[in-house]
Amino acid sequence: MKIFVCVKQVMSRDAALRVGGDGLWVRDDGVAFETNEPDTFALEEGLRLREKHGGEVVAVTAGPARAASTLREALAKGADRAIHIEDDRFARADTHTTAAALAAAIGREPHDLILTGLQSDDAGFGQTGVILAEMLGLPHATIIMKIEASGGYLRCKRELEAGWFQTVTLPQPALLTIQSGINKVRYATLMGIKRARRKPVRRYASTDLGIDMAPRQEVLRLYQPQQGKQTEFLEGSAREVADQLLSKLRFEARVI
Amino acid sequence: MSVLVVTEHHRGTWHRISMEAVAAGQQAAQAMRCSLAAAVVGSDVGGLACDLAHKRVSEVVAIDHPQLAAYSADGFAAALSKLIDDLRPRLVLFPHTYQVRDLAPKLAASVGTAFVSDAVGMRFEGGEPIFVRQMFQGKLHADVVPRGAPPHIASVQSGAFRAESAADGDEPAPVRHLAIALGEGDVRSQTGQPYQDAQDAVDLSAAKIIVSVGRGIREPGNIPLAQALARALGGELAASRPICDSGWLPLDRQIGSSGQTVTPDLYLALGISGAIQHVVGMKGSKTIVAVNKDRGAPIFEIADYGIVADLFDVVPKLIEALGESD
Repeated sequence: MKIFVCVKQVMSRDAALRVGGDGLWVRDDGVAFETNEPDTFALEEGLRLREKHGGEVVAVTAGPARAASTLREALAKGADRAIHIEDDRFARADTHTTAAALAAAIGREPHDLILTGLQSDDAGFGQTGVILAEMLGLPHATIIMKIEASGGYLRCKRELEAGWFQTVTLPQPALLTIQSGINKVRYATLMGIKRARRKPVRRYASTDLGIDMAPRQEVLRLYQPQQGKQTEFLEGSAREVADQLLSKLRFEARVI
Repeated sequence: MSVLVVTEHHRGTWHRISMEAVAAGQQAAQAMRCSLAAAVVGSDVGGLACDLAHKRVSEVVAIDHPQLAAYSADGFAAALSKLIDDLRPRLVLFPHTYQVRDLAPKLAASVGTAFVSDAVGMRFEGGEPIFVRQMFQGKLHADVVPRGAPPHIASVQSGAFRAESAADGDEPAPVRHLAIALGEGDVRSQTGQPYQDAQDAVDLSAAKIIVSVGRGIREPGNIPLAQALARALGGELAASRPICDSGWLPLDRQIGSSGQTVTPDLYLALGISGAIQHVVGMKGSKTIVAVNKDRGAPIFEIADYGIVADLFDVVPKLIEALGESD
């Protein structure tokens, strides 16, 4: 099975977010980056399917030069090769642009299955996978918790709301967006990291692929959210704060 | 020119966010000075269409087809593409549900247009909508505008608009049936009936007090600390998604869009950042207390009482103080 896993590099979960001077995005200087966590579950699922059915796992990203480290991490965990569609503008591209880039690169090769995380931890539109499927003319299913492949079909457990699930069966090739928690993600081994150095990474410039970079949506302003409620912050030593809180809950809120 | 609201229903009843989307549609149609159409898609949806016609809308469009009895991305996208061709709306609004997450990006891509997903607010400048959405796990907000030719598509987050504010019309709106042709081969997926995993489900919705833990609990060995606080308060223990994903607590104790929705008297969030997916499951709680090291954590936006501190310092003191007062 030829499996493509789309990965994105995002700011580390713990990074301090500072809105940049243009008020349109966050400053990325002096910030650590990591692989978008939902994508790590998609990669793990791809590796497990390859281990079961044979074939190849290709990690693909549309990102700036720094995103090469996310591809290296995927290779170290076991992806066979990687594709990097490189353009600084991908760092804050909208879902349509990102999907167009991924579609241009993946569309050139035969593919049986494409996996993505269900959303990114930065912009979080949660659309790229589905748009990519539509651009490639593939059927898709989202928020997948289990995949069984046999006879050219994928039998998937799809998560619905409030603890409900549903079985969706799709013919291959298809695209699935993977729910976080579907599996236990492996760590890269030392041997894996060594091997990754020799694995091929194909680089494209966005101009090589003739990608439509015209955004379908645009951020006008990025800002700190306004306080929805008047939060009363309690201060002091741990014991003082504990006493204050219990007193508030007993006599003000009257909930304990 | 019109605004179109696409509703969602399951087995004959409205998805609760549907009427919130209708309320958003009414606001949009007024601000954009155009008519409002509301669509219902499925099989045997005549009754729902008549019900929807009581709302203040210009018309209800029912797309009724046996192939649409169960949701499929192919079937629903084909139906709505046809409706968009027919109606040429400027704006299409959806409730932000799991189904819409599956459907709307495909519809937008097939029409070649924008989809602004999961809006928490909407305002208008010069008759054009500007959507507010959360970014960076809810830590920042962004004003987002669709670009390119209409129709523009957007979805509204649960709770962003009030269902009660969806006004009724003076008289029922006309219901129009739009016929579509869907063959066997047009829907590539097969979907089964919804089911729940067999489990001794804990019903947290009845709990008066809930102590809930997030990533800040750091490791499974620390869960008993939160458990001890829950016990001292006479409450139930719950968690955000990452904790249940890691298997530190069973899935039936998960609060949020994929877990349970709760409205206890007291919700004590320990080390929970307050991502949207969690907040939708607990924001209706009467009193919310948040303990988090990060002053910028979005959970503080909805908390009544906030403690910016390490939960490992504060929780033992809370247990201690509760023990003394008994």
